[in-house]
Amino acid sequence: MGFEGIGAAVRRKEDLRFLSGRGHYTDDINRPGQLYASIRRADRPHARIKGIDTAAAKASPGVAAVFTGADMAADNIGGLPCGWQIHNKDGSPMAEPPHPVLAVDKVRHVGDPVAVVIAATRQQAKDAAEALVIDYEDLPSIAGLRDAIAPGAPLVHDEVAGNLCYDWHIGDKALVDAAFARATKVVKLDLENNRLIPNAMEPRAALGDFDSMSGDYTLFTTSQNPHVIRLLMGAFVLHIPENHLRVVAPDVGGGFGSKIYHYAEEAIVTWAAGKLKRPVKWTADRSESFMSDAHGRDHVSTAEMALDADGHFLALRVSTLANMGAYLSTFAPCVPTYLYATLLAGVYKTPAIYVEVKAVFTNSVPVDAYRGAGRPEATYLLERLVDVIARETGIDRVELRRRNFIANDAFPYQTPVALQYDSGDYTATLNAALKVADYAGFAQRRAAAAARGKLRGIGVSTYLEACGIAPSAVVGSLGARAGLYECANIRVHPTGSVTVFTGSHSHGQGHETTFAQLVHSQLGVAMDQIEIVHGDTDKIPFGMGTYGSRSLAVGGSAMVKAMDKVIAKGRKIAAHLMEAAVDDVEFKDGKFTVAGTDKSRALAEISLAAYVPHNYPIEELEPGLEETAFYDPKNFTYPGGCHIAEVEIDPETGVTTVINFTAVDDVGRVINPMIVEGQVQGGVAQGIGQALLEAAIYDKSGQLLSGSMMDYTMPRADNLPNITVGTESTLCTHNPLGVKGCGEVGAIGSPPAIMNAVVDALADYGVRHIEMPATAPKLWSIIQAGRPRLAAE
Amino acid sequence: MYDFAYQKPSNVADAVAALGADPEAKAVAGGMTLIPVLKQRLNRPSVVVDLAKTGLAGITAGAGSITIGAMTTHAAVAHSADVQRVIPALAALAGLIGDEQVRHRGTIGGSLANNDPAADYPAAALALGATITTTKRAIKADDFFQGMFTTALEPDELITKVEFPAATKANYQKFRNPASRYAIVGVFVAQTAAGVRVAVTGAGQGGVFRHTAMEAALSKNFSADAIADVVTPADDLNGDIHASSEYRAHLIGVMARRAVAAAA
Ligand SMILES: Cc1cc2nc3c(=O)[nH]c(=O)nc-3n(C[C@H](O)[C@H](O)[C@H](O)COP(=O)(O)OP(=O)(O)OC[C@H]3O[C@@H](n4cnc5c(N)ncnc54)[C@H](O)[C@@H]3O)c2cc1C
Repeated sequence: MGFEGIGAAVRRKEDLRFLSGRGHYTDDINRPGQLYASIRRADRPHARIKGIDTAAAKASPGVAAVFTGADMAADNIGGLPCGWQIHNKDGSPMAEPPHPVLAVDKVRHVGDPVAVVIAATRQQAKDAAEALVIDYEDLPSIAGLRDAIAPGAPLVHDEVAGNLCYDWHIGDKALVDAAFARATKVVKLDLENNRLIPNAMEPRAALGDFDSMSGDYTLFTTSQNPHVIRLLMGAFVLHIPENHLRVVAPDVGGGFGSKIYHYAEEAIVTWAAGKLKRPVKWTADRSESFMSDAHGRDHVSTAEMALDADGHFLALRVSTLANMGAYLSTFAPCVPTYLYATLLAGVYKTPAIYVEVKAVFTNSVPVDAYRGAGRPEATYLLERLVDVIARETGIDRVELRRRNFIANDAFPYQTPVALQYDSGDYTATLNAALKVADYAGFAQRRAAAAARGKLRGIGVSTYLEACGIAPSAVVGSLGARAGLYECANIRVHPTGSVTVFTGSHSHGQGHETTFAQLVHSQLGVAMDQIEIVHGDTDKIPFGMGTYGSRSLAVGGSAMVKAMDKVIAKGRKIAAHLMEAAVDDVEFKDGKFTVAGTDKSRALAEISLAAYVPHNYPIEELEPGLEETAFYDPKNFTYPGGCHIAEVEIDPETGVTTVINFTAVDDVGRVINPMIVEGQVQGGVAQGIGQALLEAAIYDKSGQLLSGSMMDYTMPRADNLPNITVGTESTLCTHNPLGVKGCGEVGAIGSPPAIMNAVVDALADYGVRHIEMPATAPKLWSIIQAGRPRLAAE
Repeated sequence: MYDFAYQKPSNVADAVAALGADPEAKAVAGGMTLIPVLKQRLNRPSVVVDLAKTGLAGITAGAGSITIGAMTTHAAVAHSADVQRVIPALAALAGLIGDEQVRHRGTIGGSLANNDPAADYPAAALALGATITTTKRAIKADDFFQGMFTTALEPDELITKVEFPAATKANYQKFRNPASRYAIVGVFVAQTAAGVRVAVTGAGQGGVFRHTAMEAALSKNFSADAIADVVTPADDLNGDIHASSEYRAHLIGVMARRAVAAAA
């Protein structure tokens, strides 16, 4: 076995299980006497429920129960809570309309759950759900952002005027206005961020169980954060104290944000299990996923940059409409505010920034965080705007970026939009990416492509993001209703093997490997003697889960802290055993040694002494070797870097082919380069999906037109180029590992790189901006429209 | 999926009898169309009659033609040395259908019987002038396709085999729907003893159709240039979230020219 510590490309311990079909997912779990739930969902975007006739469904074979919103109300079941409260410009709180688990008076989006049928088999439950007769009175509806805020638009919630959830702002408006007044040039861009449907490989599932002897509830669920689900569902929805509620998130097949939130089905199966005293399972069909998993993005924005004569950015003004969908999902309100507007400084030293965000209700599936959450929206806006500025000022786009970069000696750098960057070197990642992508040789490749009748373009994006969320006090002051620390418990067993209980949750990220490498490095324990346990509220003291690229920066730091405590205690035990002063005992490579002597004790000897305390300082120290630590980050972490895309467009068909993609990222210290590369590649694949392929399409009324894989284009292997991944790291200055995070950078940096390349390829056709996704018919129309102009020149 | 009875007859006659005995009975071949429809509860057959054991799979090369049994999978056609030799464009077309898994289940009989307006085989059958043999008769491709998801087949009539005349030149160009990977436009160009034919799938409101204007131009001069100015009217073409009818009309021209240029 070679080097396996921090920095080694260790093969993923979990992959044998996953690749050989032996993962254990929620739907693989079955309990004796289990029943199956099928949910009848709204087939229309907006309607009043005049009545639900359950008689035929109840009489259907195998049916154990039929429940509606009225039944839940009778049991005093609460609505699904929102975890974040944003305040309006005037200081008043956002509109927070009720989010019933099962619809009560109205349905507000296609897919809104109306009733649940519970039966002996899945098919019987579905048969009976079809037999429900729902008497609807259709209401006018809207799905588009601009339509929803237009005067006289139908109201999604009768009590929310103008469908406005909040009207929020950040930054110094007066300073920005003044800068615009003295600017030499102003460049303005209207742009949209397309709506996406996450589509994790494993559809959501939930299994509720109830033990009538103990009164204990168990929920097995496809979640990225089981403790958060226990907290939200226990406290706000079902009123079950933590000691009677266990939430288990076993192997989870991808999340990308969509499995963070507390969903109706989790509450339904848990509540129903208690009522029926039988386990109840629900597993989403793929088509159900399309209309019930939270969607991502969906912004409409206007951005304006004030410039001086040399192309220096003087001020940025942004106004954004963000779609919340029909209800507030768990983290929805914070995504277009604190995860978006605060990122609009990017890598640039723009001295004044003002951002207004209006969050809007529409008759569509709730929208929440999706891989990148807010930062892809900010990066796309900024990096498209910078390219347009370059075009309109005649300044080379790379030079323009360099000219406005935050300098290496400016850290810590305070932005005008709240964040303080601790470290970075944007020139280093840019230079490295330009070199790897052979940017200098592009003109030749473009000419060669032109000779073949193809339009070739190159696009650069220099981005920054904030992750490792988050300092609890800071986010608390911004409206978070939870802390965002992480917890780790390190248990050194008597013979020296180690179990780590982490509040982070792995749903594809490879924690079982990365975290084991941390333990291996710090405690010197062999990789196969380390076990990582996650996803069970009965085993792990507490946890805030995995999202926002926080697992290593926050969860890993908690482990380091817990291991520090283990070592501190171990040194005291070792000092006793070796009859030395504690201060003279050092710990390195798994051994406690006495400085200046050849005395040494292995960790396993110390742990044995701790559990078999015959010769032990029992007066001063408790037996055992197990420590828990909570780590609350001091700041966000700020990964950044440069992505370069090279594309070729077939002018006859409008088809774009991504020829090359280069990502050079600063993710801080790299624990496992292979896993970093995999994370970046996956993120870039999703970014290319957003830029070229994916679009959740609603008609004006709110019918979902792209409701299946037949119509929603997920990126596939043959849509993707060879993705070259590199890292150029500066260390995070405020966490013990120096890590920043790599889970989302790929999805954040890539869409504007692709779109800048597409616009570059079509430069001769008089195009200034193209909305995502850049589909073939869209580009073909642009090319058609541009041809006469080209011919005239 | 609703409950249904399942039968697996061991010969064609029994399969036909089973279908004839019950108007709600449905044949299943590869199941690549039928099973998704059942899973979505869009169809409720009383009996599903599986054709797997009816002995309808196999490829034979005759003098100037290729005959493919109804139960032959797309993968078998794609990999057949005979098909590759006699009508390479047909083997290539089969290799473009769906993905590897679909090609190993889906069958030519199922595809033709289903007549999906975006399916690939109908273009080959129509352009090559195939003859579709059923349990009752032989049907010319021109008479077989009767509009979207509609064919000349009667409820208890099964396709048994399809005979494709050899082509001196043929090629199929497919512009895929990026999501489903079916054809947004597919154009099959064939020059056979019977003349030049151009069949278009994916685009027509009535399913696969012959492009007679292109056929006329190519009959005089089999070259891409000959059809460069042939305009395809968009009026009778499909428009949806993936492609407008105008875009489809344009793509028909592009795909046809590419097919002619590549025809071998
Ligand atoms: C993911 C996916 C992608 C696909 N992509 C493509 C594509 O790109 N291009 C394309 O052309 N197709 C595509 N298909 C469809 C595929 O080619 C199917 O194989 C085909 O449509 C039906 O063939 P089958 O053997 O599966 O038929 P089944 O699904 O078993 O049957 C389809 C229908 O035909 C009837 N039938 C079957 N056999 C006979 C027979 N011998 N005589 C009379 N009736 C019969 C059945 O009763 C049924 O009504 C795709 C399918 C899937 C699932």
